[in-house]
Amino acid sequence: MTASHVDVSAVGCAGSELQEHFETTIARDRRIEPRDWMPDGYRRTLIRQIAQHAHSEIIGMQPEGEWITRAPSLRRKAILFAKVQDEAGHGLYLYSAAETLDADRADLTNRLIEGRQKYSSIFNYPTLSFADVGVIGWFVDGAAICNQVPLCRSSYGPYARALVRICKEESFHQRQGYELLMTMMRGTDDQREMVQDAVNRWWWPSLMMFGPPDDNSPNSAQSMAWKIKRHSNDELRQRFADMTVPQAEKLGVTLPDPELRWNAERGHHDFGTPDWAELTRVISGDGPCNAERVARRRAAHEEGAWVREAATAHAAKQAARTQKGAVA
Amino acid sequence: MSDDHVHLILAEGHEEDTRWAYGTGFEDPLHGVDSAVPDGIDTGELAAVCVALADDALVLAQRPAEWTTRAPELEQEVALANIGLDLLGQARLLYSRAGQVDGTDRDEDAYAYFRDAHDFRNVRLAELPGGDFAFCVARLLVLSAWKLAHFERLTASDDPVLAAIAAKGLKELSYHRQYAAEWVVRLGDGTAESHHRMQDALEQVAPYLDELFSVYDVQDEVRAVLKQVTETAGLPLPVCRPLPGSGRDGEHTEHLAPLLAELQSVARAHPDATW
Repeated sequence: MTASHVDVSAVGCAGSELQEHFETTIARDRRIEPRDWMPDGYRRTLIRQIAQHAHSEIIGMQPEGEWITRAPSLRRKAILFAKVQDEAGHGLYLYSAAETLDADRADLTNRLIEGRQKYSSIFNYPTLSFADVGVIGWFVDGAAICNQVPLCRSSYGPYARALVRICKEESFHQRQGYELLMTMMRGTDDQREMVQDAVNRWWWPSLMMFGPPDDNSPNSAQSMAWKIKRHSNDELRQRFADMTVPQAEKLGVTLPDPELRWNAERGHHDFGTPDWAELTRVISGDGPCNAERVARRRAAHEEGAWVREAATAHAAKQAARTQKGAVA
Repeated sequence: MSDDHVHLILAEGHEEDTRWAYGTGFEDPLHGVDSAVPDGIDTGELAAVCVALADDALVLAQRPAEWTTRAPELEQEVALANIGLDLLGQARLLYSRAGQVDGTDRDEDAYAYFRDAHDFRNVRLAELPGGDFAFCVARLLVLSAWKLAHFERLTASDDPVLAAIAAKGLKELSYHRQYAAEWVVRLGDGTAESHHRMQDALEQVAPYLDELFSVYDVQDEVRAVLKQVTETAGLPLPVCRPLPGSGRDGEHTEHLAPLLAELQSVARAHPDATW
């Protein structure tokens, strides 16, 4: 037997064993870890999913971040500042999770600012009053929790573990948002109007956060099989509606959907159909704030280039000095 | 974690204050702290010290808030937000203490949102516009080195509440100073552009240095820190003529009023609202 013959058969054999090991790990609901073999498609899909999630956290800082300087009490200012900081932290762990798949943060950032990778459609809507801060916490963080809590059982270990922490923080943000709205509803007529107005504007875009309806969600089946998606878009949307309706009643606001009602037979709320054409427009870059969100991110990245270059240059000089000192 | 865990908790009774990390009735940052003032303390003077230090912190905290989503990298987003939150926390405690002792019984928001620029007593360096990242860290280095020296002395204050607020601030301010010093060194040493920008930033900061030393004699200590950092960074510390006047006397630059106009805009648009 020649050496080359042995090599080829071993590789072929190992390849199918690796594939089998991967599939068994998934089937047993165990985790794939960074050094495990994984199919290229799994790696690519995960990088895209995690990067889009990271971009959403970072772009998502903008709509609320605008209100930190203007928050109407010092307590609200501290709460909002800390929340937006948490989002930066989420972005960091998610980019780190993507790096465990051999993605590069700088490359992912470039894809975002060049419009080659997407982020959640919801952040392309404007924040028009301080009530929006509360409604974003309640709806948007609520929807994010519905989406992400199941992903704490995602088959990819680093992503699943990052999500445990993210979900805990987001559930805290959701309560803070809801608590702000409760306080505002106990305030003046103007404040109650602000809350209702914000609810009216954010309800439909929040329902759209779960993505297109199941019959039009092309990547879902493979992702479900790989267990990097655990529930369908429509299931999650339903869960969000069922969770939010009683909270709206308690708060004393109306959700802007005449078709919304309890369906005792299904044991769920029925609700109207979101404007899917609007979702398509927003996803393809034509939402109210797409251009400005990406422009802000690009400006921060480009204007910060000299700082990052200086830090790199200093580190290199330091290393050279240390080495020189060691030699001397 | 089961899928439903978070959803179930959120659907439970929201009216119970105890379920919230920040109970809805919890408004006073000094809640539960003994507010008694020891005999022999001039409460007017104590309140003035608290308000001046709170104004420094509040006005300076507005700048990291402006950096949000504009920082050079995500690590700096997180760091600057930490610094802003620390400063905001200091301001809240100090305003609350002022309200307890100045006889007006005002809460923190009355000081922050319902006073005009000429009533603010912050040092002028805190109110200068944001500038670039070099200016951000140059200003932070000077103000945190100064505030740290100042707070170290205040830990011996006759007022136990002010002493405790100062003690709490020491760790925070040491971190701010460390963060700023590291960046001044990186930028001073890094590239020709960063060196040039860092030098410019120090020149912008220098005229406002003397104003800091009017109350406590911490000048030597602070200048020694600045000298150490700027020498490591390979930058000369500019010497220049101090500007006349002081923010401590209510004399401000043209930058404070617009900063406050933004900070106070929502609160003043809804003066009867509760947040």
